[in-house]
Amino acid sequence: MERTTLDLWVGMFVVAGIGALVMLAMKVGNLGTYNVSDTYQVHAYFSNIGGLKPKASIRSAGVLVGRVTSISLDTERYEANVVMNVDKRYQFPKDTFANILTSGLLGEQYIGLVPGGETEMIKDGDLLKQTQSAMVLEDLIGKFMYSKAAEPAKEGAK
Amino acid sequence: MAVVQTIRAIGHRIVDTVWRIGVAARFFFLTLLYSGNCLRRFHLVIKELFSTGVMSLIIIIVAGLFVGMVLGLQGYETLKRYGSESALGVMVALGLVRELGPVMAALLFASRAGSAMTAEIGLMKATEQISAMEMMAVNPIARIVAPRFWAGVISMPLLAALFSAVGIFGGYLVGVVQIGVDEGSFWSQMQAAVDFREDILNGVIKSVVFGTVVTVIALFEGFDAPPTAEGVSGATTRTVVTSSLAILMLDFVLTAIMFRGA
Repeated sequence: MERTTLDLWVGMFVVAGIGALVMLAMKVGNLGTYNVSDTYQVHAYFSNIGGLKPKASIRSAGVLVGRVTSISLDTERYEANVVMNVDKRYQFPKDTFANILTSGLLGEQYIGLVPGGETEMIKDGDLLKQTQSAMVLEDLIGKFMYSKAAEPAKEGAK
Repeated sequence: MAVVQTIRAIGHRIVDTVWRIGVAARFFFLTLLYSGNCLRRFHLVIKELFSTGVMSLIIIIVAGLFVGMVLGLQGYETLKRYGSESALGVMVALGLVRELGPVMAALLFASRAGSAMTAEIGLMKATEQISAMEMMAVNPIARIVAPRFWAGVISMPLLAALFSAVGIFGGYLVGVVQIGVDEGSFWSQMQAAVDFREDILNGVIKSVVFGTVVTVIALFEGFDAPPTAEGVSGATTRTVVTSSLAILMLDFVLTAIMFRGA
C-alpha cells in the first residue's frame, strides 16, 4: 500500500491522542499508583463511621498503606462493616487498633491503624476487633452543651 | 386575522422541526448502514481524519493550555481562602477531565470542523456533484458522508484527551511553576482524587457522544441545505448554533446520569 505524508500526520495525531489518554490514566488518574500492588483484605466493625467513604485512605503513622473498598451495615450487629485493602508490603500485628480520624478540622475522614504489641500478624480476611468510631461534631457539641448546662445546677446545690 | 396567522406560523415551525428531526434520524441510520464500505477502504477515513482531526490540533492545544492556566489562577485565588491550595491539582484535573475537556473540545470542534463539513457538502450539493455521483451509481452517503462521520467520531475523544492533558499542564505551569504551590501535593492529591473509570472513562464516553452528535448535525445540515449561496451560509450557521446547544444540553444530561450521587 502506498504511504503518503497524510498518513504520517494522521498517525502522529492518533499517537498524540492516545498518548494523552495514557498520560491522563497514569499520571492524573489512580491507575498507575495503587491498583497494581498486591493487597490483602481486612475488615472491622464501627458503631459510627461519620463521613467515611469508599476509597478513603488507610494510614499508619501518617503513611498511606491502603484504601477502604466497601462500607455496609451489618444488620445482625447494627454496626458498619468496613472492608479495607492493605498493601502486602505492610504487615500489622493481630491486635492492631483501627480509628476513624479526620485530616484537619473539617477535612476528609480516613482510617488510622495503630499497631499493637502481639507477635502474630494479621492474615487476609481477618477482623480488626479494636475500633474507635468517628468523632461526630454534633455529638461533641451536644456533650459540651450538656455539661455546661449541668454546671450551674451543681453550684446551686451547694 | 393576525392571531390566527401567528398560531399557524408557530405550528408550522414545530411540525417542520419534528419533520427535520425525523429526516435527520433516518439520515443517521443510513450513514451507519452504508459505513461498511468506507471502513473497508480506510484511506477515505484517513483523508478526513487529516482535515478534521489534525487541522484542529493547534486550536485545541492552544485553547486547552489557556483554559488550564485560567483554572489554575482562579482556583488558586479561591482555594487560598480556605488554606487548601494543595487541592489545586484536584480542582484543575477533575474540572478538565469531567467537564471542560469534552465540552470545550466539542464546541471548538463544532465551529472549526463541523462548519467546514457543512459548507463543503452544501457546496457539493449546490454544484450538483452529489447528483452527478448518483448518476454514476455511487452512493453519496457511503462515499462522502460515512468517512466524514467516522473521522469525527474517532477524532473527538482524542482531541478531548489532548485538551485535558494540555490543560492540566497549563494549570501546573501557573499553579506550581509561577505561583509556587507544592509540586508533590499538586500531583499526589490529583492522583488520589481522580478515578480512571469514574472520571477519565466517563469523560471519554462523553466526548464520543459529542463527536457523534456534532458530526451528524454538521453532515445533515450540509446534505439538507438548499442548493443556493444563502442556503449554504444558513446551513453553516445552523450547524454551529444547533450543535453548540446540543453539546451543552447533552452534557447536563450525561453528567446527571454519570456523576449522580458520586
